[in-house]
Formats: sequence, C-alpha cells, structure tokens
Amino acid sequence: MRELALHVLDIAENAIAAGARQLRITIGESVAEDSLVIAIEDDGHGMDEATLAKVREPFFTTRTTRDVGLGVPLLAAAAERCAGNMEIVSAPREGTSVRARFQRSHIDRAPLGDMAGALMSVLLRSPDESLELRYEHRIDDWVFAFDTREVRDLLGDVSLGDPAVRRWLSEHLSRCEQELKEQSCPR
Amino acid sequence: MPKIGSLDELRKLRESAQHDLAIRRNTGTKITVGMGTCGIAAGARDTLQAVMKELDAREIEANVATVGCIGMCSKEPLVDIEQAGKPRVTYANVHPDMVPRLIEEHLVNGHVVQEWVFGRVSEDGVAVPDTEVS
Repeated sequence: MRELALHVLDIAENAIAAGARQLRITIGESVAEDSLVIAIEDDGHGMDEATLAKVREPFFTTRTTRDVGLGVPLLAAAAERCAGNMEIVSAPREGTSVRARFQRSHIDRAPLGDMAGALMSVLLRSPDESLELRYEHRIDDWVFAFDTREVRDLLGDVSLGDPAVRRWLSEHLSRCEQELKEQSCPR
Repeated sequence: MPKIGSLDELRKLRESAQHDLAIRRNTGTKITVGMGTCGIAAGARDTLQAVMKELDAREIEANVATVGCIGMCSKEPLVDIEQAGKPRVTYANVHPDMVPRLIEEHLVNGHVVQEWVFGRVSEDGVAVPDTEVS
C-alpha cells in the first residue's frame, strides 16, 4: 500500500468485520524518538491462539467468500521494512489490538497519506449506529482527537451519513489533519 | 498539550439537517463502495472521495456507504447504485476519473453506463438479464 492511511483503513475494516462496536485508532509520531506508531484497537469477537498464530501468514483469512487474506501481513511487512515491527494481541470475545511501529525517517516509510479519507470510509460503514470511532493523532506535543460519540451527541437524531453532515465531517477531518501537520512542523 | 479541532459548527448543522431530514430520507438513492483489502488496494478510498465530491458539486442528495469484500476482488473498486424503483446496478473497476461521468449519466440523466456495468439485480433480488435494462 502506498500510504499508511490505507493500512489503517484495511485493519479497521478487519475490526468492523469482527463485529466491533468500539474502534480506537491512534497515530503517534515523535520526531525526537524518530518513531511513528499506529495502534488499532477493537472490541470485536477477537481470535483464539490458533487463529492468532496464523494471522501473519499471507493468504490466511477467516472470510468464506474467498480464501486469501493479506491485510495483516502487508502491514507487518511495511513496518519491518522500516526497522519497525507489528504486534497483535487478541483474545476471543475481548477484541483485537494491532500495533505497528515504524522508524519515522526511514527511507522506505510510506507517507501517512489521506487519513481524513480513510476515516470517512470507516464512518460511512455504519453512519447510523453500532460503531463508535475514537481517533487520535499526535505529532510531538500536538494532538488532534475525534470521537464519534461527541459528534452524535451534538447531532441528536441526525445521521453521520446525512449529506450535509458528511460534507462537514470530511472537511473537518481534512482541515484538522492539515492544521496538525502545519502546527507541529512550523516552516 | 495543544489541541486541534472544534465541533461547534455541528450544532448549527443539526438544525438545518433536521429541517431537511424528511426530504432526505425519501431520496431513495444509495451508492455503495467496496472497501475490503482488495478494494482499498485498488483505490476504493479515492473512488469514495470522488463520489462524495461529485455529489456535493452537483448538490445531489444520496446516501453513501462503504462495505467489506464481496468476493469479486479483480473487479474492484466496485460501486453499487441503488435507486428506488430501479434495478441495483454494480459497476466494476471504477476509478476516480470515471466518477463524474457515472454520476452524470446514471443519476442525472438516468442512463446506465453499459460499458462499465458488472451486474444488475432487481428490487426483489433477482439478477436482471442485460436485454431487460433500459
């Protein structure tokens, strides 16, 4: 994948497929430590040890439509290529947590890319209910946080998928990501 | 720690959105974009962005949703268009630059873009043979 945001979206899709109701996506960048850490945690149905042992293998999948799975191995390979690593912790009925660490300055590290677009893809998966997303992006001392519960509180019975709301959210996420980037790296 | 992002504007949006809610629920148009690993790798996120942009530019009220892998990975990005009273049409390999024409022909002019169609399903879930589609 040519952007880390696409890996994030992909792992988030796994979480949704696992029936997650709470999804937490955290991106932590530290210039001083030269690290970029992506964490995706869900409360979906999780995996037993046998499944967990196989999940890093390319072409493993739990899907029945097709027997090829690439999302997790792709992220692991991307992290390992950048002097980093990927860890998965999971237990049945307790959810799954995926954490990938990259050397931030590594020449092979893909750019984070369009996180706002990736988040919109996640939000439009179930705009009316069931999935709550908490997103946090830190770059050194700066942080952008977004929580669908706050948004739903403000919106009442108006859906996140309402065209006007959808447009606003999309612009809000892009604007905040951009601002975070500019504030944290003054030029 | 400095924080970015305020949701204040959403309050105002709620009022106007509630006002239009009844109309919007009746638009009956739904566009679905496949967002499995296959779709994502094929560029589905950018296709979704292009769909939202085009709808906004033309002020078309339509529901937009994403869905996981449906097993036709080589045809991704897959875009499904459902309109009340019409067969559901699935378009294959829809890249962002194809989206404006798709929206214009299918939603504005009401013509199916035959050359990009992958399949059609009638409202009661039965596959529709090509000859029956307008």
